[in-house]
Amino acid sequence: MSNELEFRTCPITGKKVFKATQNLIWINAVTAVVFILIGGIMAFLIAMTRWPAVHLLPAEMFYRFLTAHGLNMLIFWIVFFEIAGLYFGASVLLNSRLAAPRVAWFAYILMLVGAILVNIMVFTGKATVMFSSYVPLKADPIYYLGIILFAVGALIGCGIFFGTLAVAKAEKTYEGSLPLVTFGLSAAAIIAVYTLACGAIIYIPTFLWSIGIIENLDGAMYRLIFWGLGHSSQQINVTAMVSIWYLLGALTVGATPVNEKVCRTAFVLYILFINLAAEHHLLTDPTLSPAHKIVNTSYMMYLAVLASMIHALAIPMAAEVAQRKKGFTKGMFEWLSKAPWGEPGFPAMIFSLIIFGFIGGITGVVYGTEQLSIKSHNTWALTGHFHGTVVGGTTLAFMGLTYYVIPLIFRRELIGKKWATAQPYIFAIGITLLAIGMGGAGTLGSPRRHWDVTFADAIIPFSFDPAVILFTTLAAIGALIAVTGGAIYVGVSVLSVFFGRKMAPNEAKIL
Amino acid sequence: MSITSPEKYWWKPADLQEKVWITIAILWCLVLSVMMPLWHIIGTQNPSLEPMKIRTDDYRAVSDAFIEKYKVGEESGIPVVEPPANSDVYLRAQMWNWTPILKLKKGVNYKFHISSTDLMHGFSLMPIVMNFQIVPGHDNILNITPTEAGTFHILCNEFCGIGHHTMIGKIIVI
Repeated sequence: MSNELEFRTCPITGKKVFKATQNLIWINAVTAVVFILIGGIMAFLIAMTRWPAVHLLPAEMFYRFLTAHGLNMLIFWIVFFEIAGLYFGASVLLNSRLAAPRVAWFAYILMLVGAILVNIMVFTGKATVMFSSYVPLKADPIYYLGIILFAVGALIGCGIFFGTLAVAKAEKTYEGSLPLVTFGLSAAAIIAVYTLACGAIIYIPTFLWSIGIIENLDGAMYRLIFWGLGHSSQQINVTAMVSIWYLLGALTVGATPVNEKVCRTAFVLYILFINLAAEHHLLTDPTLSPAHKIVNTSYMMYLAVLASMIHALAIPMAAEVAQRKKGFTKGMFEWLSKAPWGEPGFPAMIFSLIIFGFIGGITGVVYGTEQLSIKSHNTWALTGHFHGTVVGGTTLAFMGLTYYVIPLIFRRELIGKKWATAQPYIFAIGITLLAIGMGGAGTLGSPRRHWDVTFADAIIPFSFDPAVILFTTLAAIGALIAVTGGAIYVGVSVLSVFFGRKMAPNEAKIL
Repeated sequence: MSITSPEKYWWKPADLQEKVWITIAILWCLVLSVMMPLWHIIGTQNPSLEPMKIRTDDYRAVSDAFIEKYKVGEESGIPVVEPPANSDVYLRAQMWNWTPILKLKKGVNYKFHISSTDLMHGFSLMPIVMNFQIVPGHDNILNITPTEAGTFHILCNEFCGIGHHTMIGKIIVI
């Protein structure tokens, strides 16, 4: 470990980048990309199995790889990247040294060990339990242990973030209030703390149950608390993603929020209401009364949705104001048509916003209604919904940001800038087709987590409306395009990080 | 910019455009909020669930007794059961079938008790696409009145092991 106080000054933003922070951002972000690579290969294999025309894998492998896809994408890729983002938001944006870098490395190692244990268990077939691992379906105890280790590591990472905020405040490295991006990341970190607490509350007894110390675990209770982790963690993603939209807006067009009060209040709404809203997973469960369901899932959810509606106006508005100040004032849309569509950050931000809002968000509100949940629960339409939010939204925003982190933080010039620019377009088209295909097939009843929608081996003969197969094919084609986009992302970022030209200390160039 | 600290006094009134947008959003949230309880009153397809727990062994015993009492035949190795009108109907999810096959009458009300004796399952009634989570140890009670005749299938849409995709049940409405 080199000197914890060693830093350089960024020639573009004037921010201090501490060496210890830079190393930790590097290792967490690179690890995230490794996991999106694993998850992406799984995505290709399972999409080609769901597609009846190809039907690639045998059933056992399909369910195993589906479990691996969910965990590597939804947990390992996103959380490693978020930890990198938290360190960036607290240390770089506030010009502060990182609190306790050694502890941050310890957190990283815990997360890595946890992720590796989980992957070993899943790939050896000892934990084919899906992302949700509903009891009483039992996995190997090491699987639950891996999840717990990972969650503890992530929790420590959040602690480092809060510690760095305290250090920055005490050492007066910034004046006045936190920058909006750091404020948004703080909201994400607060949500992360109670989310991970739900994870501990449910996974510790599940681990004890798997080794035989606890005899019975109620499945309905498991679902209730698990979704406090499972859905709230998606809310960390939303909050981090919105923060990154603000960040990309600043990096690409110099956007400044029009009203800080409005934007910050919206983040507070996320903190207050999103955990209760996680109960919408239980709308068709036998355990809770309708009154309970309506209040928790829906009323609270709408207040969180309101926050997203506010950001959905504030971010394009900030970009428009910034563009108009630059002189793009002709007509209603010159600010948009003259936006930097030829660099990756802007299209990544706009497509992420559109796919998140119009595909993920709207379907989320619809399926989160008690009555309509009956029509969509556990169908493939749900899978379409969260591919709109977490993949088209969060992942695309993270991808866009990566192209700026590489030159700004890692000081390497991008290799394949044209590929990087095309990547958000390809990925957005793929995910849009995928989500529409899943939504269409799911609305007609196609189940999620299903090996064979032609029901060739079924005990009672059954076949779907042919439109289901058509939509499934559309989803498969979308998946192929999205996987191509994902491969370009992994290729460009890995090549650039390891082989990109090292930039001179005073080189003030982003792309 | 959003990556630097804002000016000292940033707690300012929102712009007109923002106020208009936020008002529209709040109004829409209110519409959604009213619709859901309202549909419990005016809707004709709303499940007002009665939460109830049941031990899996007990559930197996009652559903076996139900099958024995009203059994009228067998299909693909699964009993076919024709319960009387307005009676309790037990539909058991287990790895990997829905037992029994039910013969129901159009326009008659049945009180369904759906539960599982092993893992979680997903009740998905095709082709009308109605889905419920089936949790072992809990009785998913649904008052169902078939409104059209025909053959309906039940898929499983919660992963329940290697045979999950073969798990199909049947309801015949006459």
